[in-house]
Amino acid sequence: MFAFIVRRIGQAVLVMLVISLVGFSIKNRIGDPVRDVVGERVTPAERAALRQKLGLNDPFLVQYVRFVENALKGDLGLSFFYKKPALKVIISKAPATLELVFVTALILIVVSLPIGVFTAIRPRNWFSRFTMAFSTLGVSIPVFLTAILLIYVFAVTLNWLPSYGRGLTVDIGGWQSGLLTLDGLKHLILPSISLASIMLPLFIRLIRAEMMEILETEYIKFAWAKGLRRSRIWFLHAFKNTLLPVITVFGVQIGIMFAFTILTETVFQWQGMGFMFLEAVERSDTSLLVAYLVVVGVIFVVVNTLVDIIYGLVNPTVRVAGRK
Amino acid sequence: MHHLLEVQDLEVKFALRFGELTAINGVGFTLERGERMGLVGESGAGKSVTGFAIINLISKPGYISRGRVLFEGRALNQLSHEAMRDIRGNRISMIFQDPMMTLNPVLTVGTQMVETLLAHRRISRQAAAKIALDKLRMVQIPSPEKRLTQYPHEFSGGMRQRIVIAIALVTDPALIIADEPTTALDVTIQAEIMELLLELCQAQKTGLVLITHDLAVVSQVTEKLAVMYAGSIVEKGATDVIVNDPAHPYTQGLIRALPGIITPGSRLHQIPGVMPSLTSIPPGCPFHPRCPFCAAVCRTTPPHLAPVDSRQVACHMVATQNGRLEPTGIVETWQPDTRMTATGKAVETHGR
Amino acid sequence: MKATWQRFKSSYLLYSFRRDKVAMASFAVLVLLILTGLAAPLVSPYNPYDPSSIDIMNSELPPAWQDAGSRAFLLGTDVQGRDMVSTMIYGLRLSILIGCGAVTLQALIGIFIGLIAGYIGGKVDALLMRLADIQLSFPYLMVAIFISAIFQVAFGIGRYAELAVPLLIVIIGLSEWPVYARTIRASVIGEKNKEYVEAARVIGLNRRLIMVRHILPNTITSVLVISTIQVANAVMSEAALSFLGLGMPVTKPSLGSLIRSGFEYIFSGSWWITIFPGILLVIFVLVINLLGDWLRDVLNPKLYKGA
Repeated sequence: MFAFIVRRIGQAVLVMLVISLVGFSIKNRIGDPVRDVVGERVTPAERAALRQKLGLNDPFLVQYVRFVENALKGDLGLSFFYKKPALKVIISKAPATLELVFVTALILIVVSLPIGVFTAIRPRNWFSRFTMAFSTLGVSIPVFLTAILLIYVFAVTLNWLPSYGRGLTVDIGGWQSGLLTLDGLKHLILPSISLASIMLPLFIRLIRAEMMEILETEYIKFAWAKGLRRSRIWFLHAFKNTLLPVITVFGVQIGIMFAFTILTETVFQWQGMGFMFLEAVERSDTSLLVAYLVVVGVIFVVVNTLVDIIYGLVNPTVRVAGRK
Repeated sequence: MHHLLEVQDLEVKFALRFGELTAINGVGFTLERGERMGLVGESGAGKSVTGFAIINLISKPGYISRGRVLFEGRALNQLSHEAMRDIRGNRISMIFQDPMMTLNPVLTVGTQMVETLLAHRRISRQAAAKIALDKLRMVQIPSPEKRLTQYPHEFSGGMRQRIVIAIALVTDPALIIADEPTTALDVTIQAEIMELLLELCQAQKTGLVLITHDLAVVSQVTEKLAVMYAGSIVEKGATDVIVNDPAHPYTQGLIRALPGIITPGSRLHQIPGVMPSLTSIPPGCPFHPRCPFCAAVCRTTPPHLAPVDSRQVACHMVATQNGRLEPTGIVETWQPDTRMTATGKAVETHGR
Repeated sequence: MKATWQRFKSSYLLYSFRRDKVAMASFAVLVLLILTGLAAPLVSPYNPYDPSSIDIMNSELPPAWQDAGSRAFLLGTDVQGRDMVSTMIYGLRLSILIGCGAVTLQALIGIFIGLIAGYIGGKVDALLMRLADIQLSFPYLMVAIFISAIFQVAFGIGRYAELAVPLLIVIIGLSEWPVYARTIRASVIGEKNKEYVEAARVIGLNRRLIMVRHILPNTITSVLVISTIQVANAVMSEAALSFLGLGMPVTKPSLGSLIRSGFEYIFSGSWWITIFPGILLVIFVLVINLLGDWLRDVLNPKLYKGA
């Protein structure tokens, strides 16, 4: 088990090295660190001097090692636009994204678990058939279109909910939270629903598929043969076994949600990391772009590694049951 | 007084996309209290389906299309869901083939034993745990107190089958249906588990339907025997009668195929051909394509069980020749076609 | 050829297709959409790329059935006065082109790498599959957004817009090759040790020939199933990138950039600029997904296990 954890962490480090190499190459080839520091109105002589001073004439490998060293110290370069360390900019935008992801995850769990379980238990019920048909439609609607439709209906036409921004936020030790004010919560509704809408069909299908597979197993048949009540068979015997693989995929899917936050945040002008990233692209703010790449990379690698390790720890019981 | 179990003319069909399959066709037998019966046949003969049909647990597209299952005089396949549930695991227990797959991996052994009791008795959890402990001792599990709190993956295969047997016995059922209870175990452990099951059934006066393909086991454990082929019973009667003097050509083949009965060094006997799949059961006697005694009537008319020398046999030839079978010498190589009987839509080609 | 046709006519694929109304309807819609897209210059009432046919006075006209609508523009016009119907047909054409192009590229890269990894095995396999794993641990949309962001910064916005079509094909192609590589590799490893490959090797056929001639046809089923889903994904990716401003420019709009350009105007009530391209996009992706679901059900032998 220990060996497995060490190997998995080794892999994670390797992935981070690849990401940092990609990030550094972008910075080195496309970006302009001199501009990041002093802006564009500098004489060529001064630029050349600064290049030398910043070590930009050193060999690629030396520069890369320096980049990694700095990154480990939390220095991901300066944002050209914000005139601040890139990491600081990202951290200041993180609460918005994290709160959006958190609320979306909450919606997903609350909605997908009961529906997924129901459609597995009663696959022939009209509601299940409807849900399955609808889920194909669901994955075919791009998240930004859902967002736009929601805005058109609830903000423009009905005027019930705000269409952009985070609304009133409260500062808790540097964390700008929109969860504690009514206005902030109202602003969260449409973005989180549209973000959830794209993941929901996937989740329902996943839970349903896992649950149905479990319901076919010998131990469930044995549970029926023991004369247990069906609520116990469904909600204890089957559900408990369904949960483990579902949690694993859930971890990975939360990561995927970050990708969709870029779209959702754009539609709703949500001042989070995704919105910031697109602005950075438009402004050619290479350092910030690379910093975002590295930060998202870290989030992904950490989540994936944790999920794998947790699954590995709980796995023996599952493997013995004859599942893959 | 009713029989413990009486199966009457049972027929089970599976409704599939392209039509219906008959999995078992007019199966009938009786079992008295404390009596043990073997249900023998090749895989796919319908033994397991019969077992599940008794407790009305045939998996989905399958259903009982004809016949009755009487248990202590009550027709099980006409009971309400709740009444049937209270019989399963309570009055009739089932033991499955593979103990590795039978126990739920995420629940402790204790939970899985206690829940069975709680589903059928109005007793406290503590009282149930005490009964469970007794049963674990009965199946000779060492340090049962500790074992109750462990998960199935902490047990070996043989130990797990003991636990499954303990679960089956926990409610003191009147009947146990054991579906190949030792097939998935190591050979050394098989005899041990069989011995244990036999002892417990004898001690508790529990009826046993032992589903197996192993005639040797059946001859040691059961008093009665029914041989199934392609969904029907071809011969049934007292175990020693049939094992010592099989009448049906198929039973004869099975017995001659047993290793140990023939002299060392000679080749094992084989029945030519394979059992037809349910999608392609031949007309007439389902065994006729493999039968060395096959006559014209066998190809057209399905035989029915008829008494022959203190047992029942479904064979035209045995009935007419009064047990003295003369080979006709014609073993035709009958080719099962790929079409399904019900709709004529080819099935096997879809498998891809 | 005739024999192939005969075999297809009596095949299970065709049989179950003709039994499945959803599959047939989806197929009909898909064919209609593709033909319309391909024949865009012939079927669309106006040429949205031709500045002389556009009159800014016609901008933001609602659909014809509304009071302010004009008969000349069935689904209204966009902000620049382009006919929505024509712009959508041309947009659909771009989406089809980029989607199919990207999937072809994915398949080529994936099949190539998958064959090499599966057939050579050892260190090469380990390295290639580790790379695929790393990329697969990131969502494809994220990868596509990153690559396009890098390209846009590297090329500059103007040049990027000029080269948008080939760039998008490359971006979406690069972002999803591991899906193919993995599947192909798995099939190759499964087939590699079968007798006929051994036999081919024994009679002295060269390895590359064995791979291409014998293994590839055996993987065609899985490639087919993946491809339908991948085309849907690629069209969605293209739309997402264009919506983010990382894809097709407004002057040469795909369905995604049309939705983006209309988005600002829904606040003033001009919903049709966004909604109509949106509906077209959803229908297009939906029919592909429905066909993909059907194909997976039919070609997946696992389903017969229960029978």
